Parts: sequence; structure tokens; C-alpha cells
Amino acid sequence: METVELLIIGAGPAGLCAAISAVSSGAKVMLVDRNDTLGGQLIKQTHMFFGSEKQYAATRGTDITKILLAEIEKYKENIKIYKNTTALGMYEDGVVTLARNDKYIKVKPKAIIVATGASEKVLAFPNNDLPGIYGAGAVQTLMNVYGVKPGNKVLMVGAGNIGLIVSYQLMQAGVKVEAIIDAAPEIGGYLVHASKIRRLGVPIYTSHIVKEAIGLDYLEKAVLIEVDEKWQKVRGTEKEIDVDVMCISVGLTPLTELLMQKGCEVKYVPELGGLVPTRNENYETSIDNIFVAGDVSGVEEASAAMVEGYLAGLCAADKIGFRHDDFKKLKKDYIEQLHSLRAGPESDKIRGGIAKIERRAQDV
Amino acid sequence: MFESTGVATREMVMKTFPTKERLEKGSVAVIECYKEIPCNPCATACRQDAIKTFVDINDLPTLDHERCNGCTLCMVNCPGLAIVVVDKNYTGEDALFKIPFEFKPLPLEGDIVRGLNRAGEHICDVEVVKIQNPKSFDQTAILSLLVKKEYLYDFITIEVGVK
Repeated sequence: METVELLIIGAGPAGLCAAISAVSSGAKVMLVDRNDTLGGQLIKQTHMFFGSEKQYAATRGTDITKILLAEIEKYKENIKIYKNTTALGMYEDGVVTLARNDKYIKVKPKAIIVATGASEKVLAFPNNDLPGIYGAGAVQTLMNVYGVKPGNKVLMVGAGNIGLIVSYQLMQAGVKVEAIIDAAPEIGGYLVHASKIRRLGVPIYTSHIVKEAIGLDYLEKAVLIEVDEKWQKVRGTEKEIDVDVMCISVGLTPLTELLMQKGCEVKYVPELGGLVPTRNENYETSIDNIFVAGDVSGVEEASAAMVEGYLAGLCAADKIGFRHDDFKKLKKDYIEQLHSLRAGPESDKIRGGIAKIERRAQDV
Repeated sequence: MFESTGVATREMVMKTFPTKERLEKGSVAVIECYKEIPCNPCATACRQDAIKTFVDINDLPTLDHERCNGCTLCMVNCPGLAIVVVDKNYTGEDALFKIPFEFKPLPLEGDIVRGLNRAGEHICDVEVVKIQNPKSFDQTAILSLLVKKEYLYDFITIEVGVK
């Protein structure tokens, strides 16, 4: 059994920021990630980020990874980093089991921050298992991490920020995006992203869904159909388009399995992507010393995930006896940053969702 | 409509553009950021105090066209690539557009390329007069383009080489 003060599961934007925050408070941290590179989804975000300077706005996601890793490097004697390490279970007696290079490891941390992120939702339609039909995140990984072109003609399903951004990046990679569709009557993502791809000639069809995919051994065509205001298919509006790639980007769902195994209270909150843990303002779940940060606590932009990471890292370290010299000032700043990121009209849903899961001091 | 197409209407464009009088005076930024999102690098980047400091990070940018000198700092820092700089009287016939551009290979100075409107339709051919792509722009190059004045309110970008 390895002794650990603070275990952080997941080294994406939230986990990395949590590690920086906790270790700069004086705690010793073990940071584990199942991938062989740190940074989570940041490593394939080649676009400039939104937000303010504090959330590295106007910096590309790939470069934000470098900034965070350079910060972690400063504290390397107090951070044990395990890559290629999957957290398998979180048990009642406080033990967490990890699989690392085919070895089974048990650790018993004083506190845990779960920053496992989210996974892509799937979409049901006939032949949705044909080769050539990917999650948008997979296509982004192929292109931007491995330099592999996923195909030549793409249909993007979903006009949220991921769908719009990945469409733009596909064009940057020299791939033709035939169309972007969305079942909703309006574009879900930021309109600057929509305009930026629309002006390059890519049509965006709202109130459209995939009726079916066609192909023998791989995707050859997609059949689209319009939906009315009651989300019912409008007969006779089918159109076929020739594509060899379909990207599904219809939202993400938090990866809460470890939290549920541990027995943390979760609620179904569609605004936040599905089942999410309840938590207090310190990002501590219903179980003492189990914290969350990032998409696992509700799907949002990476800028919010980073601030949540800083906040959870600060509070988790404090909980086990390592209070940062500027604890009060930093905590106030992180809470204010989150508040301002979520203050706009685009965050109505997020605010509604958070109201359902945040336990105030008197409820705790 | 804009919410379902991503194409700004003529009315929105006209409202955002500087006045005719200001356009006569030389380079000025045009910021097409129509919907509140949590984002403020344009205001942070501006050295002329032309973009009002945001009270709320979700504010829309407010550009004082009189203070703006068209320096392009906001343009390369805009994550939404929503800013262009226009010099209406660059020549007797042509306006000079500076646009952010993130596609490779970059065109060459002297190239004649296809000019597009906000819906991606080919409306005119434009000449590339200058390309700036220093390291400090972080891979968002600035293309300077000669655009016939009649397309001032329609031209927005150039076609990219996706076959």
C-alpha cells in the first residue's frame, strides 16, 4: 500500500490545475492518468481559448498544457505522476485501486480529487456502427495528436462548440466539411465559431437529424431529414449527401462511475450532461474528503474546468491540513472567476444545473 | 435568423461598421461579436483604450472608432476570429482589408484569391498585398488584401484550398 496525502484522478485541465493548487499549498500529491500524455483533451485543442487572461484566454489549448506542465515541474519533488494508470475502484475503507503497467496498486489517500472528465454521447440511427462514423473527439485526436486524416468528406452532427470547432479544424487539415447539422432550431455553440466556418462556405442545417447512414463496408452516404418544432420527422424532406466520415458531437456525459462506486450522492441533471455529484462550494462531494473538478462535476468549457481544479486543489489541501498562505484571497478569486465565466446568457443552463447540485453550508 | 445560420444580416453589419466619416479617416477595426460569451482578450489587448474595459467578462466589446487606429492587436488576440481591420481609402478604387487567417499553406504576396461574403459565396477576386506571420501572432497570420470598395460591407474572408 502506497501512502498518499492527496490523490488526483485525471490529468486534464481540471486535474493539472488541482495538482498545482494543492502542491503549492504544501500537500504531497499523486496524480494519475490513464493516458500516456498529460493534459487530457487540452493536447488536441489547437484553437485559441476564450475566457480572460486568468484562464489563459487567446492562448491555444496545446500551449496551455505546456504552461501547466511547466508549473507542475517546479514542484516535482512533491508530485508523483503516474501516467498509463487507470483508477479501477474507490472503496468504502478509503482504498483506491490502480492498474499501472499491468500491476495492481493499492493506495489510501487522505483526500481524493476526482477529475475524470466526460465521455461523448452516442446517437441512435440505422447503421450507426459503420466504419467512418466517429465521435468528434476521436476525429480531433486522430488529426491533431496523431496527424491522421480521418477521411475526405465529412458530415458534422451537432452544432455545439465542439462540432463547430472540430469542423474548422477539419478544414484546416484540408478535409471538406459538407455540412453541419443540428436537431435544434438554433445553433448551440458560440456564434463567432459558427460565423467563422459559415463564411468559408460550410452550410449549417438546423432542425435536421440523421435518418440513416448508408454503406456496404464503410460509410458512403448519410440521409438527413428535417424535424418540426415537436422534434418529429417531416416526411418528404430527406436529402442524401455523399460523405465518408460522420462526426457525432451531440454532447458529453460526466464520467462519474468511481464516485458512484464510492457512494457519493449523484443527481440526474440534464443541463450538466447527466448524472453528476452533489457538492458544496469547495467542490467536496457528499462524502468527506472526496472532491471533484472539471467535467465530471458538470460539463462546461475547459476554462471553467481549470478554475474548478484550482479551487478544488486549494480546498482539498486545506481539508487535510495544508492551508495556502493566501487561502482566503485565492478561494474568493476562484469563486469569483467561476461566477463571472457563468454569468452570461450562454450559461443560463449551467447556472440552472448548478443550482440543483450545489449544497449550501447549512445543508452540508 | 442569425442564430440558425451564423450569417450576420446586412443590418447587423451596418450597425457594427464605423460611420462613413470615420471610414474616410483611415484604418479602423470592425468587431463582429454579436452575442455575449465569456471572453475579453480584445479589450485586454487594446493599447489605445479604444475597446472599453469589460465590467462583466460576458460584455460585448464596445469599440470607440475615434480612438481606434487599426493597429490589429485585438484581431490576432480574438479567439473567435471575429475582427477585421479596414482602410477604406487605401487606393482610389480599393479598400485594404486586414483579416486573420489560420490556413496553410498561406497565399503568397501578389496572389489573386477568391473573396467571400459572410455566407461563403464568391463575390469578388482580391489581391494579397502583404502577409504578416511573426511568432508573436501565434499562428494567426494577418493577410492584407485589396478589395474593391463596392464590396466594403460584403467581403469578409478568402476561400481556402479544401478540395
